[in-house]
Amino acid sequence: METVIGKYNYWIYIALMMIGFYAMIAKRNLVKKIVGMNIFQTAIILFFISTAYKKDATIPILIKSQEVIDPAKYINPLPHVLMLTAIVVMVSTFGVALAVIMMLYKQYKTLDEDEIIEILRKKK
Amino acid sequence: METSISIKPVLAIAVSAVSAFLIAITGEKLRNLRETWSILASIFKFLIVVSMLPDILCGKVIEYCLFRITSELILHFRIDALGLFFAMTASFLWIITSFYSIGYMRGLNEHKQTRYFVYFAITLSATMGVAFSANIFTAFVFYEIITIATYPLVAHKETEEAKKNARKYLAYLLSTSVAFQLTAIVLTYCLSGNLYFSKGGNLSNDISSSLLTITFLLYIAGITKAAIMPLHSWLPAAMVAPTPVSALLHAVAVVKTGVFMILRVVFYIFGVDLLKSLNLETVLAVVASFTIVAASVIALRQDNLKLRLAYSTVSQLSYIVLGAALLSPSALKGSIFHIIAHAFGKITLFFAAGAIYVTTYKTKISELDGIGKRMPLIMASFTIGALSMIGVPPFAGFISKWYLSVGAIESDKIFVLAILAISTILNACYFMPIVYVAFMKKSKDSKYNGINEAPIFVLIPTVLTAVLTLVVFLCPHPFIKLIILIVNQTFGG
Amino acid sequence: MNLSEHSSILIVVIPLIASFVNIFLNFLQRKLCYPFFVLVLGICVALSIDILCQVINFGVLRYRLGGWMAPWGIEYVIDHLNAYLIVIVSSMSFIVAIYSKDSVKKEISKAKLPYFYSTYLLLATGLFGITVTGDIFNLYVFLEIASLSAYALVAIGEKRSVLASFHYIIMGTIGACFYLLGVGYIYIITGSLNISDLTRLLPSLYESKVTLTALAFFIVGIGIKIALFPLHRWLPDSYTFAPSAVSAFASATVTKVGIYVLIRISFTLFEPKFLIEMTPLSNILIWWSTIAIFFGSLIAIGQKDFKRTLSYILIAEIGYMVFGINIGNKEGFIGAVLHILNDSLMIGCLFMIAGGVFYRIGSRNIEDFNGLNRNMPITMAAFTIAALSMIGIPPTAGFFSKWYLIVGAVKAGYLVSAVILIFSSLVNALIFFRILEKIYFTKNENTPMYNFRELPISMMIPIVITALAILIIGLYSGEIISSVIKFSLPKGF
Repeated sequence: METVIGKYNYWIYIALMMIGFYAMIAKRNLVKKIVGMNIFQTAIILFFISTAYKKDATIPILIKSQEVIDPAKYINPLPHVLMLTAIVVMVSTFGVALAVIMMLYKQYKTLDEDEIIEILRKKK
Repeated sequence: METSISIKPVLAIAVSAVSAFLIAITGEKLRNLRETWSILASIFKFLIVVSMLPDILCGKVIEYCLFRITSELILHFRIDALGLFFAMTASFLWIITSFYSIGYMRGLNEHKQTRYFVYFAITLSATMGVAFSANIFTAFVFYEIITIATYPLVAHKETEEAKKNARKYLAYLLSTSVAFQLTAIVLTYCLSGNLYFSKGGNLSNDISSSLLTITFLLYIAGITKAAIMPLHSWLPAAMVAPTPVSALLHAVAVVKTGVFMILRVVFYIFGVDLLKSLNLETVLAVVASFTIVAASVIALRQDNLKLRLAYSTVSQLSYIVLGAALLSPSALKGSIFHIIAHAFGKITLFFAAGAIYVTTYKTKISELDGIGKRMPLIMASFTIGALSMIGVPPFAGFISKWYLSVGAIESDKIFVLAILAISTILNACYFMPIVYVAFMKKSKDSKYNGINEAPIFVLIPTVLTAVLTLVVFLCPHPFIKLIILIVNQTFGG
Repeated sequence: MNLSEHSSILIVVIPLIASFVNIFLNFLQRKLCYPFFVLVLGICVALSIDILCQVINFGVLRYRLGGWMAPWGIEYVIDHLNAYLIVIVSSMSFIVAIYSKDSVKKEISKAKLPYFYSTYLLLATGLFGITVTGDIFNLYVFLEIASLSAYALVAIGEKRSVLASFHYIIMGTIGACFYLLGVGYIYIITGSLNISDLTRLLPSLYESKVTLTALAFFIVGIGIKIALFPLHRWLPDSYTFAPSAVSAFASATVTKVGIYVLIRISFTLFEPKFLIEMTPLSNILIWWSTIAIFFGSLIAIGQKDFKRTLSYILIAEIGYMVFGINIGNKEGFIGAVLHILNDSLMIGCLFMIAGGVFYRIGSRNIEDFNGLNRNMPITMAAFTIAALSMIGIPPTAGFFSKWYLIVGAVKAGYLVSAVILIFSSLVNALIFFRILEKIYFTKNENTPMYNFRELPISMMIPIVITALAILIIGLYSGEIISSVIKFSLPKGF
């Protein structure tokens, strides 16, 4: 029980990741697939951010008057920074994927993977 | 042993490689110039090889390290008496074959003659490479080059049948060498740490005997060019090639490379003592004996002349292997002498078969009735070759059989004597009928009656090799001198 | 300012900036795009060689971005292994860039060309970045730069490439995310992202399950990126339908850089003993890669499309490299690292030839290769060399890496894997000699269709250069090992 409640952030990220993973594999609609991909990536972002969290801590901004700096009072800024980069990567991936889907739609007039494969098979 | 460093081995290899290049750029239009290159290269090569003879006869060893690729994989040449003996045989026969090739290819107006001469020259380069190699890696490199360079020669006719048989040829030679020989080389390296041929063997006794046995068997299976049964069927398949190529395969380069490598592995990788302690020589002797008898029996049933000759080669090659397997000095003498005896005998037979084809387009024995009256010189040569194969004096084949028999007694393997006897009878059974029908029966073809010999370029080499078969018997001393040197170097006397 | 000091950052920054400049150049003067593109990659080659020389002369290079000290700032670390990889990547990208000039003409519309060049440069940037960086998160970013541009490049190809690209995106993203998760877990327990810092911190945490989880995520993530069977599904379609220049470039570099990442993670981030002794991971990877080699080769036999055949062969070759680095001895590692170079030359050359044939006859089907030798003799000679190297015939480069892999496998006692390696060589022999026979010995029936000559010079030179490199580099394997690879051996090998 302790492992479930005490580390709920991990469980949530795993659950989200699996949802995304499921959508990427099982859904036949291409847009749904990349939505799944997005959920998958978001789960990882949540995972990173949650590891930076500390109880009763604040954002790492130093006040001029403050003399003694106690690192335990501030949350770790590095994962946030990393995730900013990761979000950029994510968005670009999403962009490329959408562009590819548009090309596919122009070619086959459908977004269903099975139908596209069917069309390809008929061409042969 | 005294060692001298000389670039001659590289020259001997390079000369035909250069000629291959010259032939390729000269091309079909200047065919006379192109053929000049072949002949010049073959003569030069022979001269270079012979120029090493005095040093070798003094008991020296000629070395040249060509390229140190990695610490253990080194392209290294070292010429001892055995290597030089093989190189001399091959390069001498190349001269004759070159003349014959020209006559044959022009006589039949074959296509793509340039390609043919190019690959022929490359094959000879690689054969010298095997003869001169100081370690099994160098030998393996050139062995593979021979395989690949002879493939276009076997597939020369480009018909479906030619392609199918060439595929078989390549499949047998390449797959066994990659699968078995390479593995054996890797095992040799892992067991002994180097790949050199050394006197008395490279591998030592203190390694597990099962691993050594596996390595030995992998070598025997991997050196398929020696055509030991059951991995022999590439050789009959390769009969689709033009006849000079068959001569190349059977007498000059390919199969001889195989047996040469077997000799190297038996005496210089494993060594006499190791093989005796593992009892592996008996295995090799039994396999070779089986091949001798079985191949002869198959040869009896062939109607195609070249096929019969091919099976005869399979059988004769195992004489050489058998001689190695007996591990006695006399047997080795016989074995090495048989390299040259078989080379001259078989090349005569093939030249004759080719000559018959060029003049009459006949390939089957059943069509040869009365051919001896049309082409007396060719058939006389054929007869000499056949007699030498059977082992009748006064022809070269007798000497090797004699030494083999002595060796069998020396090493207490009496069953070998029986094998030799059976094989002699079988040889007679499949050669003599040909001679009989050629001279005694009347030709069914009434059109040709007078004498109608083969083209001069084809005729002279055939007669020449036949005469040489006789000469080798009558004055074998120069050869025997070299062979005794080989035996001394091998057995450390 | 000494430019040489900044080589390690310049090699990333120059192509990155150039890829944007290229688009502006498109609006100003479209003709300049291609020369500019080649020039930039030429500069990268010069820089990479400079880096290699520096590393050989002065040892490990460290470059701190923005002057920040190591564990806090991003650090670029270049040792022998990176330098070696950078030279391979830059030279292949340069060679294929030259090749792309004519080859893309039939595959990409003119208006798209500048964008193609920009994306190509971005891919190069990503690959350079992966090799120079010493920071695992930075590596992720570059991994994604490389992958995103690869997705786009694949999608430029023929019609079916778009769907292939989509699958590539899905798989590639999963791979990258797994890698990112691995980074996350490592960060949780150590609080550091710098590789050399982690090397110091991690050993005390080997007992932790988190470390193991991280490693597992890393390996699966990279396994997808390098298409380790059965995670390979994206590769055959992508490389078959992509433009030939892209197939050649990506096959020669992307997977190789992936292998590099695998080496870094397994043997620099973690100590070799962690993978080899403390966990069964390397054992699992050995069997995994053995299966990859087996099935990659097996599936390759059945393919009719030449580029698809090559893709499956590539999958088997990836198995070779993963196998080699996990055996855990010197020979295996040397073999794998040597194979990175050899394979990128061989597969790059073959994909370029596939593109060249497509350029002339508009087909990738092996059945249509009949008689190509008549029309494009030089290209087909290059094909022969690359094919022989793929099979592993000495003295081509492919033999030497295979030699080390097999010796390593035998020494470590993985005999089954050694057999599979040889099996794969035989399969390659089967595949390539089938094609060679078509090229050289089969006449094409529809001659009027085949009225064309050799490839344009800009396509031929790259093909010839890589083919010659395959021949020459093989002979200098020892040199490469002793001056570069020897220093990149992991601790304790």
